Amino acid sequence: MNFDNNNNNNNFYESVGNVTKQTTRPIVTGTSIIGFKYRDGIMIAADNLASYGSLARFKSVERIFPVGEFTCIAGSGDLSDFQYIKHLLESLMIKENYIDDGHVLTAPHIHEYLTQILYGRRSKLNPLWNSLIIGGFHDGEGYLGYADLLGTAHKSSTIATGLGTQLMHPLLRKSVEGRENEVTEEEAIEIVNDCMRVSYYRDARSLNKFQRAKITAKGFEITEPYSVDVVWHE
Amino acid sequence: MSSIGTGYDISVSTYSPDGRVFQVEYASKAVDNSGTAIGLRVNEGVVLAVEKLVHSKLLVPRSNRRIQTVDTHIGVATAGLLADSRHIINRVREEAQSFRDIYKYQVPGKTIADRVGQYVQAYTLYSSVRPFGSSAIIGIVDNGGPHLYMVEPSGVYWDYFGCAVGKGKQAAKTEIEKLKLSEMSILDAVKDAARIIYAVHDNAKDKEFELELSWITKESGKHQFVPKEIAEEAEGLAKESLNQEEMKDD
Repeated sequence: MNFDNNNNNNNFYESVGNVTKQTTRPIVTGTSIIGFKYRDGIMIAADNLASYGSLARFKSVERIFPVGEFTCIAGSGDLSDFQYIKHLLESLMIKENYIDDGHVLTAPHIHEYLTQILYGRRSKLNPLWNSLIIGGFHDGEGYLGYADLLGTAHKSSTIATGLGTQLMHPLLRKSVEGRENEVTEEEAIEIVNDCMRVSYYRDARSLNKFQRAKITAKGFEITEPYSVDVVWHE
Repeated sequence: MSSIGTGYDISVSTYSPDGRVFQVEYASKAVDNSGTAIGLRVNEGVVLAVEKLVHSKLLVPRSNRRIQTVDTHIGVATAGLLADSRHIINRVREEAQSFRDIYKYQVPGKTIADRVGQYVQAYTLYSSVRPFGSSAIIGIVDNGGPHLYMVEPSGVYWDYFGCAVGKGKQAAKTEIEKLKLSEMSILDAVKDAARIIYAVHDNAKDKEFELELSWITKESGKHQFVPKEIAEEAEGLAKESLNQEEMKDD
């Protein structure tokens, strides 16, 4: 920060000369997350680590949360921004409930809403520094969406963010794509475990403690944090 | 009324010589003309019930609700001018959201009751405004368990075990006093609430009414309208007990 600047800019944000600087760097971060379709709906996973740079700072942070009965959001990137998004969605659901007309927001609505929020913020040059996975069950089938800090969004039967696009996405594609309606819950859990194991082996910002969420016709279920067996040398 | 014509009943910023603010008392009259609303607090939660008078057969059933949800854990039942009630409920919602934005947890009962009380009281201070012609019964379950508050047009609020406002408030209060609220299950409280609303309804003066029944159970921590089957059962029992009363009278 430039302390010598003479302007009367008492802006809340960091200021350099006359230029207001917005978030250009995430601080406390979460690493890759994954999500994919399977026979009964959607499976999502995220580890419980919040990194401060390369320091493994917080080891029991929940990075998956439910929105309503049939949607779960998982987030990577800046965790304070992620908490803000969680707060936004909680507030949104409360407001929607006031209308009391029997309608509820489901995964596609929430996906669209988040995309608009993220795009709006990047257009103000003040992005929410996240890549999000929106998993839900809507109209009798699984819904899996992605949205990120640029306001980019898409749907896919397999999604991974961050380094996971290199480490886990190829595994997901190989084991899921083309057979979304065949993968059983047991197999889906194995796929999650294999992906998270690979992520833990190769991603230095990951943790062997993670949670899994499934969203099916019966609603959502988020597991307690757990680990997988790893072998570093034979 | 002795106050009329004295000039002391015009403004809310002038006391009468004997220390009253007539406009506030008139506002309470507006509340007394409304259909009865009651609240019961038991160990397992809070029950709210309203006798919503239906002025026209052309109205869509269940429209113009007098019980509304605030945040997820608060229910507000109102009596008085419906437009004023809606304004108060909007304010309660804003306060609940503002508390959430700052403290990141759900607003506790005494905080929300105090904020609403302060807001309503501010409308008894200026000649440019009139007091609210509405009383709000606030049911809530927070970390301290179930609570029931009632905010009156003057801005005062108390913490109640059971309360009643509107046309049938005297009769309703007498009935509530007979209940053993500290030993009662919430299902029984629902039945009694429905029974009391039916009992205090005056068929001669008002013909049609709709019963609004809601609760906040400690178990769910959420304000909801009582599920259809339970509400129908309670309403059925209420009608039955009313018939029995009439048989006794004959």
